[in-house]
Amino acid sequence: MPKAKRALLEISGLKVEGNTGEEWVDIVKGVHLTLRRGEVMGLIGESGAGKSTIGAAAMGYARDGTRISDGSIDFDGIELTTASEGEKRALRGSRIAYVAQSAAASFNPAHRIIDQHTEAPLHYRIKKRLEAQEDAMDLYERLRLPNPREIGFRYPHQVSGGQLQRAMTAMAMACRPDLIIFDEPTTALDVTTQIEVLAAIRDIVDQFDTAAIYITHDLAVVAQMADTIKVLLRGREVEEAPTQEMLDGPKEDYTKSLWAVRSFRRPQKSRPNGSEPLVSVRNVDAAYTGGVKVLDQVSFEIYKGMTVAVVGESGSGKSTAARVITGLLPPTAGEVLFGGDPLPPNYRNRSRDQLRQVQMIYQMADTALNPKVRVNEIIGRPAQFYSGLHGVKLKHRVDELLDLIELEPSRFYDRYPPELSGGQKQRIGIARALAADPTFIICDEVTSALDQLVAEGILKLLDRLQEDLDLSYMFITHDLATVRSIADEVVVMRNGLVVEQGGKEEMFRPPHHPYTDLLLSSVPEMDSNWLTTLLEERGVDNIGDAATV
Amino acid sequence: MNVFAVTYFAFLIIASSFAAFQQRRGPFMILFSLTLASFVLAIVGGTSALRSVAVGAGLLAFAASIAYCFREFLVIIMPTGIARELRTAPLTAAFGLFVIFTYAIAGIFAPWIAPYGESEIISSAFAPADENMLLGADQLGRDMFSRIVYGARNSVGLALVATVSAFFMGALGGLLAATKGGWFDQFLGRAADVIMSIPSLIFALLMLSIFGPRIIVIIIAVAIIYAPRVFRLTRAVAGNVVVMDYIEAAKLRGERTWYLIRKEILPNSTAPLVAEFGLEFCFVFLLVAGLSFLGLGIQPPTADWGSMVRENATLISFGDLTPLIPAAAIALLTVAVNFVVDWMLFRSSGLKE
Amino acid sequence: MRDILGLVLKRLGLGLVTLLVISVIIFFMVELLPGDLAQAVLGQGATQETVEALRQELGLDRPAVVRYLDWLSGAVVGDFGTSLISGDSVGDAISDRFLNTLFLAAYAAVIAVPLAICLGVLVALLRNSLFDRIANVLTLTSISSPEFFLGYILIFYLAVKTGLFPAISSLSGDMTFGELLERTFLPALTLVLVVTAHMMRMTRAAIINLLASPYIEMARLKGAPPWKVIARHALPNAWAPIINVVALNLAYLITGVVLVEVVFVYPGIGQLLVDAVAKRDFPIVQACCLIFAATFILLNLAADVGAILTNPRLRHPK
Repeated sequence: MPKAKRALLEISGLKVEGNTGEEWVDIVKGVHLTLRRGEVMGLIGESGAGKSTIGAAAMGYARDGTRISDGSIDFDGIELTTASEGEKRALRGSRIAYVAQSAAASFNPAHRIIDQHTEAPLHYRIKKRLEAQEDAMDLYERLRLPNPREIGFRYPHQVSGGQLQRAMTAMAMACRPDLIIFDEPTTALDVTTQIEVLAAIRDIVDQFDTAAIYITHDLAVVAQMADTIKVLLRGREVEEAPTQEMLDGPKEDYTKSLWAVRSFRRPQKSRPNGSEPLVSVRNVDAAYTGGVKVLDQVSFEIYKGMTVAVVGESGSGKSTAARVITGLLPPTAGEVLFGGDPLPPNYRNRSRDQLRQVQMIYQMADTALNPKVRVNEIIGRPAQFYSGLHGVKLKHRVDELLDLIELEPSRFYDRYPPELSGGQKQRIGIARALAADPTFIICDEVTSALDQLVAEGILKLLDRLQEDLDLSYMFITHDLATVRSIADEVVVMRNGLVVEQGGKEEMFRPPHHPYTDLLLSSVPEMDSNWLTTLLEERGVDNIGDAATV
Repeated sequence: MNVFAVTYFAFLIIASSFAAFQQRRGPFMILFSLTLASFVLAIVGGTSALRSVAVGAGLLAFAASIAYCFREFLVIIMPTGIARELRTAPLTAAFGLFVIFTYAIAGIFAPWIAPYGESEIISSAFAPADENMLLGADQLGRDMFSRIVYGARNSVGLALVATVSAFFMGALGGLLAATKGGWFDQFLGRAADVIMSIPSLIFALLMLSIFGPRIIVIIIAVAIIYAPRVFRLTRAVAGNVVVMDYIEAAKLRGERTWYLIRKEILPNSTAPLVAEFGLEFCFVFLLVAGLSFLGLGIQPPTADWGSMVRENATLISFGDLTPLIPAAAIALLTVAVNFVVDWMLFRSSGLKE
Repeated sequence: MRDILGLVLKRLGLGLVTLLVISVIIFFMVELLPGDLAQAVLGQGATQETVEALRQELGLDRPAVVRYLDWLSGAVVGDFGTSLISGDSVGDAISDRFLNTLFLAAYAAVIAVPLAICLGVLVALLRNSLFDRIANVLTLTSISSPEFFLGYILIFYLAVKTGLFPAISSLSGDMTFGELLERTFLPALTLVLVVTAHMMRMTRAAIINLLASPYIEMARLKGAPPWKVIARHALPNAWAPIINVVALNLAYLITGVVLVEVVFVYPGIGQLLVDAVAKRDFPIVQACCLIFAATFILLNLAADVGAILTNPRLRHPK
């Protein structure tokens, strides 16, 4: 970037406060940011870093319950902290545009997509209605939406999530703004859909030479999109550098630790010779009420002491498979064997010992732990329920379990879940599963709601517990990085069918099944040329098709 | 210009200047608009209009100070956990708590507070107030004040018992329906829909016409009418809890329904249920008061606020407001409960975000 | 469009079934009388013969189901049998009074609905301001007051003290429409006060709920001015909740009307019902209850159908 270009956006010493209900606390604590015309800056950080708040502040906007308390935001000579509502409003939609995380929620359900698109140009009297519609269709075409001349006349709920996200990017472009704020635009999408949206966003930003702030928590994604990257931690800047430089050699410890997260990898174990599988799912069909089939002839086996990762995108049936094994959803055909004996299809008909053997760890630790029950009771209840422990023995067992999950018993014994951090809650969830003394644990997306560093800790803990206690895991995930680090065997699912299964090493080595290939290649890598290369390989024009193989 | 008007305006102007000096925009705007409005009012209505404004403002200030003191009082005597919550209570909620407290005292200690018996005839009909009778006598010559105090016990007590029984039936049904699901849930839901599609007062009148205006009939009628409303709310609240993973975990552990309700669901539903209890109490109280007013509630000679209004209504056409005191007592308690409920609802909704 | 039609028909069917169930409840509730109807009407002192004669007259010797079907088929065409006390036709006694009640409810609704919705939207816009807080306290007070309290206060100030309006709403056939409006002003105003407060609060809640949606934030970030955010982005989605609010409160009016009619001695169906309950004139009680319940169900039905018709997701299926 030539230094001579004048700054388009200059934020200095920005402080934003949020209301906790009792007092105002700082969420952004003095951040500086300079963005030149045509430049894309990636804001990256974990939850609570304040990145989204900074994005809103760049438009002079403070969400309900927040306020800009200090600093200056200079947009092309206009000071947004002191500008009147009217002045700020005149910038929004025309010179600064916004692309939200969830397009499905951010399009008004009552109006056609194209009418929402043309709202800003008509409001600012930049174009006449027909002109604006023509322009919208042109943008739809550039963003490679199917049926660009017709899709705008649909209502938001009639269009898929990935397409809506692109339509929203088109809408942001409607007045050819100088700056677009992208607020986690692909976080809610599946990896294969994410590619289309990323490619579309990057192209359009390049074509119109628009400056952009790209907010995300995913390093690999930001590496594809941004010219410079700024790393944030708890409302403060950690460091900023051009993308390539940042990827090659991060300076600060925190950034380095972020980079290192993806390094944990465990060698693949092979099936024990001549033994029976611990769990075997045989030709299972399942359907929810209403008759829609969600599992179709699914079979796989899990051996003792091994981890089987079940991978797939949303709607693939991977969680349903877990519900069948636990007995929450009795299958319509097929059976589940445990240690060679068939399990009763409905959990209500299973014996206490059968229930004890199969335990679950959930994705959202927030909903997995009763917020009104103390930690010792959460962990103690299964021990009491299955083994009849009480009094001092129970307390010893709870202490032992807390030790196992690396939480200090004296500090956590009497706490309530809302007082714990996300990672600690997840550990309590693990302890609750262990308290039953199981042989088999189903882990349902256990790391996907956690920040990367914390997730890494959880994976390591699970690995160690497997060694110590000889546990078998079924690991449900959509994240291939997790699979790579912890799995022994992989089952790939799609639309209720098992597409491919086998050992981890074979799965990650070509040749793959076409869908596995698509899935693998769609995972963003920490290389700023990854997207470009991938698009070239696939052929730019049929990205959309590729996703619907 | 008399002394009162001069003091009145002087006070307002000094107070608004003080507010302006302290940079308090809100209070200043109120005070100064009041000053301006008072000019107009004084011209149209004369000093008497100003006097009523002053009395109104004085009453408001009085209520506010009482609420403030009562809140401080509660903060001091309560254990720290509750005290911290109370500190955030708005004045309206504190006022509500104070009123509820007063009514409870009046109801519990009625025989000691009231100077005369509940149906003791001590004077001639409609005798005006004197040093023996604070508020005068009613249509049979009974002491109005004593009857109002006893009314607190009877009217509020009846409404409370009726609400508790409605709440018990409704909440139990809702919890069971949410936990068990299936046809049981469906059946209760349909039954609740049917009962709720009969207007409550009409349903109560129907039942009273058949079984006669007896207290037990009123309680059963109210329980049947309001249980479905409680059921719906409990079902919805518990329904939100039941989908949580910790319930699934407990079910998969093999826990029984009763354990699920008691240990897992109930502790996570108390806040909305308590608020709902307050709201239901208001509805029930107003319904029972309406029935009494129609002569179908608690039967004489037992003192009851609704029927007292009806019995003494003729006085109103002679320009006497005393018959409305029981009605005001009803309104005051309902407002008070609503203030408290409002605060609780705000708190529970605020914590979610 | 077929989806919508299906949904609407389903709702209408459900409403009809509910009404049928309620007619069963209303009819058979009377069967629960201790003794039977004839015994209850004549009291303890009646001789066996007179009771028997009344039984004959009321047709109590026929099975209950037959009598129910008889009653229901009559009710459909407006024939509710004869009053036990006066012996007059219940249908005749009710019809005029029902019109009066509808007039009063409509009078109140015409004022209250637009007023409440405008005020509700206004407080939603000015939420957390001083105006909002004062409105909150005032509406809460209004909701918390029994209807008869508000009614008597209005009588005291507007009729007794100032003599602006008549305290008693006696109607006669030869009044002009203006006179009618003046005569019924106080009862209507009482209803307006109660219903407006309810409706305002519910409208406010519905709008605020809506303003938290991401698409409203998106509209703001597209530079739409506040009026446009409300008119173009919030309102089209607010119809369903607002229709619901209105229907619920019109239904509430029906209950409120009973007490207000008694306070103002207004010759409506509510007054009739209360008298009949006191005299235990069951045919009238049953007829009034059925009419009130039917109106109530119809209003809720209208709200449901309205909500379906204004839902963009249903209007434009995939």
